[in-house]
Amino acid sequence: MTALDTYSQTEHPEASHTQAVAELIQADSLSLHYGKTIAFSEVSLGLGAGEITAIVGPSGCGKSSFLMCLNRLTDLVPEAEVTGRLSWGNWDLLHPKLDTTRLRRRVGMILQKPNPFPLSIWKNLAFPLAEHGIKQRAEQQQRIELALQEVGLWDEVKDRLRSSALQLSGGQQQRLCLARALVLQPEVLLMDEPCSALDPISSRRVEELVLGMRGRYTVAIVTHNLAQAKRLADQTAVFWTETAGGKLIELGATTQIFEAPQHPLTQDYVRGLQG
Amino acid sequence: MQTPSSKPGLDWAAIAIWTIATLITATFCCILLDILWHGLGQLSWEFLTTAPANAGRDGGINSILVSTGLILLVCLSVSIPLGVGTAIFLAEFARGNPQFSRWVRRSLDILAGVPSIVFGLFGYAFFVQRLGLGFSILSGGLTLACMVLPILIRAAEEGFRAVPDGYRLGAASLGLSRWGTLQQVLLPSAMPGLVVGLVLGIGRAMAETAALIFTSGYVDRMPGSVWDSGRSLSIHIFDLSMNVPGGEQQAYGSALVLILLLIVINSFASWVAQRYQLGL
Repeated sequence: MTALDTYSQTEHPEASHTQAVAELIQADSLSLHYGKTIAFSEVSLGLGAGEITAIVGPSGCGKSSFLMCLNRLTDLVPEAEVTGRLSWGNWDLLHPKLDTTRLRRRVGMILQKPNPFPLSIWKNLAFPLAEHGIKQRAEQQQRIELALQEVGLWDEVKDRLRSSALQLSGGQQQRLCLARALVLQPEVLLMDEPCSALDPISSRRVEELVLGMRGRYTVAIVTHNLAQAKRLADQTAVFWTETAGGKLIELGATTQIFEAPQHPLTQDYVRGLQG
Repeated sequence: MQTPSSKPGLDWAAIAIWTIATLITATFCCILLDILWHGLGQLSWEFLTTAPANAGRDGGINSILVSTGLILLVCLSVSIPLGVGTAIFLAEFARGNPQFSRWVRRSLDILAGVPSIVFGLFGYAFFVQRLGLGFSILSGGLTLACMVLPILIRAAEEGFRAVPDGYRLGAASLGLSRWGTLQQVLLPSAMPGLVVGLVLGIGRAMAETAALIFTSGYVDRMPGSVWDSGRSLSIHIFDLSMNVPGGEQQAYGSALVLILLLIVINSFASWVAQRYQLGL
């Protein structure tokens, strides 16, 4: 066994946390190539329904690329090729004829840098709704208010819904992006380092929001902040870079990963000696 | 030891750059002041609203303004949709085919450098004769559109390329259609580039004489429709100063009107773009 073999749950029965719940999204031997470059390979990982999964690891180990497979954003990259299996219940997420519009409505995504559209606050939320067929003003109003309340932005912006979203602060913008994803009532949320461009206070607010989502949404969050992973996640996946792209080296309950890591690299990583 | 930057004495590079900048600004100011000096006296409501008389020596420029407006209208209504469409294609849809877009770009760059007289001859041969549009505002506007297109497309494409990828990713991750994204997100954020292209294009179109003499002609009558021949402001200025003895004063007046028009159009375009960009 090489140092980079995956320590999976089956090999370590003590990490049985995620097995209690039916796994919702399951990746089996998933690999992603950009032309000849390997982003990550042979990743097998399940996202439990209603749970928060943190994906940690050094830069360039394929964490973000993994997230992009889950909502098929890889389709936008001309040379990207995904192999392996990726399913959500009976749904084959890698099927070439998959309805990506429907998938992306059910799987929301938050990126590292807040990216509200250069529209008014209202339009940022109303535009995705209209695109997905919700054009009635009353329903839009109700959904938008609900989403903004959920991210704690309603009281801050309710009097200026018509002003530009770009005038909001960075933290507010990120919460608006979260609201923009939530307004479509997704089941899954993918977050790619959602706090790393924010100040500590805004960062904490977003973190609290993520914590509040446990049980209601399935969350996968990529983070460089180990303390954050520890605070938030039910399950933690550790990715590592190998010469041939990223690999999943260890997967387990967050307590197990931080208190009793199995893989030598994980041990060094969580102690702050590596990565 | 002294470092070069702390050496006392003259910094020749800085002096040279300042001199060049001052010279350019001064030249521009000289021209502007000259036109203002001679033209301000001409400028009046009457000048703008009466027809030219006595080969332009007397009367005003109302028919010239209308012709200029119509030529510009034809030019822009053809070049904006074509130009923005091509820019969208190059920046958003041709990413998988870099070979083809490289050829398109190279052709555009060459077209942008072609002297206007060549466009004039092309317009004469193609629009006036081949398509049988005759000496008309339509022929002139279409010829100008050909001239303006390369500039407009390249600037607009830069505008689209400057749109942060986060918008595209964000829109895609929300499952938004490409068309909707383009309309609601990409176009507004590409606005600064589009406006730069438009302003450069309008500038080139308004200043053009050579391409128009062969196509829209230079009859100074009030045009009845775009099928009539019409004289643009720049041709009017050219004609008054070159062919009409005693037309200098009127030429100055017309030049001042042309400059004022350009300033107004430019400010209006950037004002519209700014509002549009903020999503208001």
